[in-house]
Amino acid sequence: MTRALIIHRAGPQVTVQDRGRPGLLGQGLSQGGAADPVALAEGAALLRQPASHAALEMAGMGGSFEVTQDTRIALTGAPMQASIDGQALTWNASHLLRAGERLEIGAAMRGIYGYLHLGGGVATEEVLGARAAHLAAGIGRALRPGDRLPLGDDTRAEVGLTLDPEPRFAGGTVRITRSMQTGLFAPEMLDRFQATAFRRDARGNRMGARLEFEGDPFAASGQLSILSEVIVPGDIQMTGDGTPFVLLGECQTTGGYPRIGTVIPADLPRVVQAGPGVTLRFEVIDLDAAIEAHRRHVTALAKLPSTIRPLLRDPAQMQDLLAYQLISGVISAHDDHLNGD
Amino acid sequence: MSQTDIAPFPRIAPVGIAGLLVSFADRLSEPANRAALAFRAAIEAAPLDGIEEVSTSLTSAFVRFDPLHLDHARLMAHLQELLKAQDWTRADLPGGRRHFRIPCVFGTDLAPQFDEAARAAGLSAQAAIDSLTAARPRVLTIGFAPGQPYTGQLGPEWDIPRQTALTPRVPEGALVVAIRQLIIFSAATQTGWRHIGQTAFRCFRPEADDPFALRPGDEISLRAITPAELERIRAEDQTGHGGADVEVIR
Repeated sequence: MTRALIIHRAGPQVTVQDRGRPGLLGQGLSQGGAADPVALAEGAALLRQPASHAALEMAGMGGSFEVTQDTRIALTGAPMQASIDGQALTWNASHLLRAGERLEIGAAMRGIYGYLHLGGGVATEEVLGARAAHLAAGIGRALRPGDRLPLGDDTRAEVGLTLDPEPRFAGGTVRITRSMQTGLFAPEMLDRFQATAFRRDARGNRMGARLEFEGDPFAASGQLSILSEVIVPGDIQMTGDGTPFVLLGECQTTGGYPRIGTVIPADLPRVVQAGPGVTLRFEVIDLDAAIEAHRRHVTALAKLPSTIRPLLRDPAQMQDLLAYQLISGVISAHDDHLNGD
Repeated sequence: MSQTDIAPFPRIAPVGIAGLLVSFADRLSEPANRAALAFRAAIEAAPLDGIEEVSTSLTSAFVRFDPLHLDHARLMAHLQELLKAQDWTRADLPGGRRHFRIPCVFGTDLAPQFDEAARAAGLSAQAAIDSLTAARPRVLTIGFAPGQPYTGQLGPEWDIPRQTALTPRVPEGALVVAIRQLIIFSAATQTGWRHIGQTAFRCFRPEADDPFALRPGDEISLRAITPAELERIRAEDQTGHGGADVEVIR
């Protein structure tokens, strides 16, 4: 029998995601894929499997899961409360989920999108070359209780590995480049945009993040007569009421609102993972600096597998209460590190 | 880079760190659309290493590339050289174009903004249907949503603005009009365009071998049918064509 993941309970938006479907812009289909591609790469590194494997993306809230045969799992992205049969699990680590055990994943403690990776990957049918749900295009859907997802073959056995996640859950400065319509905004407008503190509106989704701020609306000249033009993820469009909207992987492929700039790919996960109360600021950098930042980002992702190390004290494997308390201290220190990024 | 904002057409501008946009006009025109389609085809015919995809919007061609393998200056020079090679506004349309004759219910409760749109165009209901069924607009671009065609241009009487307030939801297959263009929606969506007709044509068929029904350069025309006929077509249609006849344009 094929190994399968059984969904007993799921938050409102748990979907299968991989790297999406690049190359179909001209057909009107945006790439989509994991909202936080860094988390996808981290999960692949923890399980030592290809980054092309599909995982579950959990927006804000996880679910309750079971596997039909022993399966390696890894947890990355927005840290969530997680346990196997009541034993707490370390986030950003790999674990063994035995057949019949219950994996419970709760609400995000920081950030928005958490990821559950499975050894061998989720092996649902591909549509247009990928398994990722693209909700806006009607490809796939959010998972529901009772769903069973087939899993691919897993040739490896090692678990109990961890990594230090790239900091991206505490907001901060997001670098942007000028784009084709930046010149439509007066220089003072662009200055004020860079001096403004933004918060991500909780209504955001995989298509985009609306940003709230205090102050006058931002507006371009000739805003209503702009010809609809190509959109790339990271584009910051200024909607009719002067509110910025950062477009994400599952956005429409063209849009008629002017764009003040584009978030560089290395910093887009900071926007994607900006949870409640987190502040974002934007800084315009020149193209050369942006490409250098991109080079470092791509290199860091490629090196992820070499940063994996054993999770020496996994609370899930500790029966001793005293030891467990000690470990909690270690986890807290880790959290502080994350908050300070 | 601000000088590109005021440069004459055609102009090249960055989109993010991995894209360059070649624009032929800032207003829709047939020659600018023709230029965009032909220029895209020319890039694809001899792609530089590092180019990942090329697409078009109404009046521009977009090149997405890997900036770590192909630098901006080199791609920019390549595109400028290509721009000089010919007058792209006089280029041929893409080969293999097709004409889709699509059955459509105009007005009724299936398309409740038909009368309003006809009035905005200064036409009686019958004159509006005559005008729309006589037109043979071309697919100018596929975009916004998968497989979704922007077609045009209709006569100047159809130069009606988008509504300021959005209609919360029009269904898949809805025919909508604004600014001398017609769109058939590929999925249910909210829109500022007026819903004037309803078809059973599916622009995006994710389960099919050829999921995207239309290509830029294809032409469409509309055949007026009754709601009962639309119902029958829906019941019988296996292909997603919604009763449309298809012929290759020669």
